[in-house]
Amino acid sequence: MKIYQIAYKNLLRKKTRTLLTILGISLSAWVLVSLLGFNKGYEKALSRDIDQLGFQVLLTAKGCPYEAATLMLKGGTGLKYMDESILNQVEKYSDVKKLTAMIMHGVFDPNKGEAGGITAYLGIDPKTYPNLKQYVKFRQGTWFTGATLNEAVMGFEAAELEQREVGDHILVPGTQLELKVVGILKRTGSQDDGTIFVPKQFIQQNFNLQGKITGIGIQVKQNANLTSFEDQLYKLPDVQVVSLTQVKETIMNLVATARVLVLSIAIIAVLIAMLGVVNTILMSVFERFQEIGILKSMGAMPIDIFKMIWFETVFLCGVGGIIGNLLALGLSIVTDILIRQILPYSPSGRLVIIDGALALTTLLTIVGIGVISGLYPAWKAASIRPLESIRSEGA
Amino acid sequence: MLKAQNIIKTYTRGIEAVNAVNDISVSIDQGEFVTFMGPSGSGKTTLINILGCLDNPTKGNLTIARQPVFSEAKPLSERRLTQIRREHFGYIFQRFYLIPTLNVEENIMLPLTFYRKSGAGDALTLMKQLGIENRAHHLPGQLSGGEMQRVAIARALINDPSILLADEPTGNLDSHRSNEIGEILLGLNKKGLTIIMVTHNHELAKVGGRTLHLRDGKLVSVG
Repeated sequence: MKIYQIAYKNLLRKKTRTLLTILGISLSAWVLVSLLGFNKGYEKALSRDIDQLGFQVLLTAKGCPYEAATLMLKGGTGLKYMDESILNQVEKYSDVKKLTAMIMHGVFDPNKGEAGGITAYLGIDPKTYPNLKQYVKFRQGTWFTGATLNEAVMGFEAAELEQREVGDHILVPGTQLELKVVGILKRTGSQDDGTIFVPKQFIQQNFNLQGKITGIGIQVKQNANLTSFEDQLYKLPDVQVVSLTQVKETIMNLVATARVLVLSIAIIAVLIAMLGVVNTILMSVFERFQEIGILKSMGAMPIDIFKMIWFETVFLCGVGGIIGNLLALGLSIVTDILIRQILPYSPSGRLVIIDGALALTTLLTIVGIGVISGLYPAWKAASIRPLESIRSEGA
Repeated sequence: MLKAQNIIKTYTRGIEAVNAVNDISVSIDQGEFVTFMGPSGSGKTTLINILGCLDNPTKGNLTIARQPVFSEAKPLSERRLTQIRREHFGYIFQRFYLIPTLNVEENIMLPLTFYRKSGAGDALTLMKQLGIENRAHHLPGQLSGGEMQRVAIARALINDPSILLADEPTGNLDSHRSNEIGEILLGLNKKGLTIIMVTHNHELAKVGGRTLHLRDGKLVSVG
């Protein structure tokens, strides 16, 4: 019989205690791997969302850059406008490959949600916008026909939510304006899924915003120097330049702050679980005080006892780590949903990505902590003198 | 086989020094069956612990198989004591100390996990010798007290010790089971195994060849 077999059977002695300890480690491993998976997934999802916007630079009316980021990625209210003529000036820059003007408009819809909400419409130029969004595929219909301005193209989720088909008519809340759905996009995994696109003239004419736009999306040439290009754009009056790299960094910085907090909690959870392991193993050592002494009387060296107790700790952590990883993998969709409830902005696509390397790293971390946690109980057990245990027999 | 000279073991209780074993000399030949008797606190367990290398004496010399083990005021390390125990001794105790999660066969083979002496026996032969072969796959909780002590004896014998130390081996058994254990020990002694036993049981003491009586840490008579 090998020492690890004895150790394994020792753990079976108090099944409930062993199971509860494993459960504690599993939960902390679950939290840890999910957070690390979130870290990976969120950045990836955000990058994909930004890449799928089709442009690298967004020009907006001067204002808060965070507002601009919100506008670009989520839509919003209290928008600032700029003159559409800026488009002609920007077009002249040599670094510009393609560009398109957009106007965002939000209207209050009392029927949205329990207390009503904002429905955002993105007014686009039917001639230039599709050129920047070449990855977009249609589930039904196509871009605007040009027959009338009262046409809409709905993102996949927007159409699903309102159960719309091509040919349906939708009413702009709070107005008598009616839009005919001419196209429904396939799922893109980006913000486009929840957007309702209309011709920009529709917004300009119906909401008294003639000659106004909220943003210009600019796709730069491949070898363009983004920094010097942005400097050029800043020379234009009353504009705000939003580099998508900058947006990404800003959002990632915000998320990183939250992540540090949550990661700290996860580390505390792991440490508590580890203290639980130390406590469990120490209790077990004290309960087996006499038995360990007897093992030594029959020839076990301190190192044998040390290995036996150490193995018990590492086994608990290893099994807990594996179960935690499986839980994280199996429940990643639930974690995804929970995180989306908490975050003010969530990119589309999977937010929690757990791959083999991450699972292995977490498992090794948990086992590594187990190796350290096991040192003290193992040393304590190895230090038991057989005589003390025999004396305690008569006590 | 085993020779102890002027063994003294002193414990300190507060400012008071107590001699649990007070200048005892004893010589035990190979194949002898020696029983130590005496009232509680007479020092018999302390003495057997020193003879069995579970503890260092405060003073005195011990020789096992003509090899000096303890000499004046030179305590041995725990590691060295373990090495000596592995080579020479098997132990049985009043409370058996079987591992509850291991079956009979695994309990008997347990010492081999840590050390396998050349000439080590096999579990099946020992189980047959002690009449517990049909209990090989039972857990200790499924055995009677007498059976548990037989398992403990088999475990003590698996590494072919030259000396068996038995500390109150029948202390937890009824008279019928005590007699059975006595018979087993006697049988082992007849095969040449040296046995050193501590007991309160006069009937069991009669099984042994020589009985030494202790009182207040001193040898008072030889039965």
